[in-house]
Amino acid sequence: MTFGFKDKKTPSRRQFLTGAAAAGAGAMAAGAAKANGPDPLITEVQYWAQGFGDGVDATPYGLPIEYEADVIRRNVEWLTADTISSINFTPIHALDGTITPQGCAFERHHSGAIELRKEDYRLMINGLVDTPLVFTYADLERFPRENHVYFCECAANTGMEWAGAQLNGAQFTHGMIHNMEYTGVPLRTILEEAGLDAAGDLSDKWVYVEGADASSNGRSIPMEKALDDVLVAFKANGEALRKEHGYPVRLVVPGWEGNMWVKWLRRVEVMDGPVESREETSKYTDTLANGISRKWTWEMDAKSVVTSPSPQSPITHGAGPLVISGLAWSGRGAITRVDVSKDGGKTWETARLAKPGEKMALTRFYLDTEWDGEEMLLQSRAMDETGYVQPTKAELREVRGLNSIYHNNCIQTWWVKASGEAENVEVS
Amino acid sequence: MSKCPKSFVASALIAALAAGPLWAEKLGLGRPALPEEVAAWDLDVSPDGTGLPEGSGDVWTGDELFADYCAVCHGDFAEGVGNWPKLAGGKGTLDHEDPLKTVGSYWPYLSTTWDYVNRSMPFGNAQSLTADEVYAIVAYILYSNDLVDEDFVLSKETFMEVEMPNADGFIVDDRLTAEAHFVRDPCMENCKDNVEITMRARVLDVTPETE
Repeated sequence: MTFGFKDKKTPSRRQFLTGAAAAGAGAMAAGAAKANGPDPLITEVQYWAQGFGDGVDATPYGLPIEYEADVIRRNVEWLTADTISSINFTPIHALDGTITPQGCAFERHHSGAIELRKEDYRLMINGLVDTPLVFTYADLERFPRENHVYFCECAANTGMEWAGAQLNGAQFTHGMIHNMEYTGVPLRTILEEAGLDAAGDLSDKWVYVEGADASSNGRSIPMEKALDDVLVAFKANGEALRKEHGYPVRLVVPGWEGNMWVKWLRRVEVMDGPVESREETSKYTDTLANGISRKWTWEMDAKSVVTSPSPQSPITHGAGPLVISGLAWSGRGAITRVDVSKDGGKTWETARLAKPGEKMALTRFYLDTEWDGEEMLLQSRAMDETGYVQPTKAELREVRGLNSIYHNNCIQTWWVKASGEAENVEVS
Repeated sequence: MSKCPKSFVASALIAALAAGPLWAEKLGLGRPALPEEVAAWDLDVSPDGTGLPEGSGDVWTGDELFADYCAVCHGDFAEGVGNWPKLAGGKGTLDHEDPLKTVGSYWPYLSTTWDYVNRSMPFGNAQSLTADEVYAIVAYILYSNDLVDEDFVLSKETFMEVEMPNADGFIVDDRLTAEAHFVRDPCMENCKDNVEITMRARVLDVTPETE
């Protein structure tokens, strides 16, 4: 199979990632084992099979083994003016399953990751409530709690790709996302503790939520959502939130853009209307081609990406059995199906979901296939339970133009070359 | 705080959403917030000016304060330095290829400027400005955007007189109607005649090194 791109330059060595070197070594090792007889890793006693490993007191709280040192958050310097109000990226190209390890789950701050002790933590509920209240952290742990797994996707995830293929790797194009199991108290429970009789008809009421950091990150949320599934969370993936993810308390807003997941949550105000804060006027509004901008684009639409093979995760094993793996998610419900194309969208095969899709949570898909060693234009296309089918970038641009910044849920294409390398491309 | 059992059926909405409450009464957790505490934290200002404190500031006072506290990042004329946000300019560019979105060209409400400057600026030293200083700095930002005259004094009273050029530039999320065509039966076979690569990230070469 060949494709029409004319300017096919030799891959630069600089950008040929570690995987390529590993490919060479792997091929050689396999060849050597065949050519030179018995494998010494088997026939010779190895040190780990003879002496001791580490004692149980060596690592009270462990980090990944050093050989996984590339599975880390990365930032892109040119994206923002400084690293304080900035973003980094989850290494989704190297992860599997759906739960994101907290230590490499992306960060987005507007005035840095603050350090707030549980003892210093206060949560205020005020505004149109019967009794404005102040809670300590200890108070929050005494409310009946729930556990839920949800994705948190930055509204700007894939935003750099609106104008074209820019960043070469799933981590950079799709890594402003994490997926955790949260433990917390429904916001509804806490609002009801303050009493909502004073608010009267709740159907036109809002809550304004803000953090304890200097940026405050204040956002307005309609009461219907606040009373539905919003969680005041204090644990993620079984343990306390990480500092950079809002320790000790953050808001979890299922299916909605990550900006609304206010970290270091300090205040919830019941109001008659939206505040129209900086983060819902200047930012997190989506400008269309005619100059008019959408506001309150809260839900994250159905989206997917092939995480492997991908530019940072090339094919290193040559032709033969190949696992195409990726993630799909939707802010409007559960993923029901993911299709994969190897020819840039001419034909599609339905992939296998590792588990049935859960509402507003990452879903892992696999296509177990046989690679013939030829070029592929790999794509994935998610469907959610509303019947929404993930669109192409061209289809999104038709509606929105090029300047939306946020909410780019287009189909991603990886050009997998005969070498096994992959590159971020756009196709016709 | 009352610890009397309260009914949760105050409205149909609550009744609909509070499916199967786990308990029939409040738990009595937390304590009433004191007025001083609410005043210290509840600083938000709404588009109609609700939340604004007493105070005032004029353009020229704002110019001096801006030079002292803001210009190092935002420029002497609010035009921005380097990669830091531009607060002025960009009028009429929103439908251009590369729109310049500033307080003057984009922000729909003046309340947002006051609220954000008061709560979160200067970057690295937030909540260090008095109400009068915020009024003055906002007045200067308006002047930098040619939205007020040089003798303008911004106050709680004059606040609603200021017209923001892009006040009507926003619509509520219409994806469910404007993008209803994305709910469909997806094509599986012969979906395109031809596929060409039209753009490559590697040619652009702006991805950080991963070594």
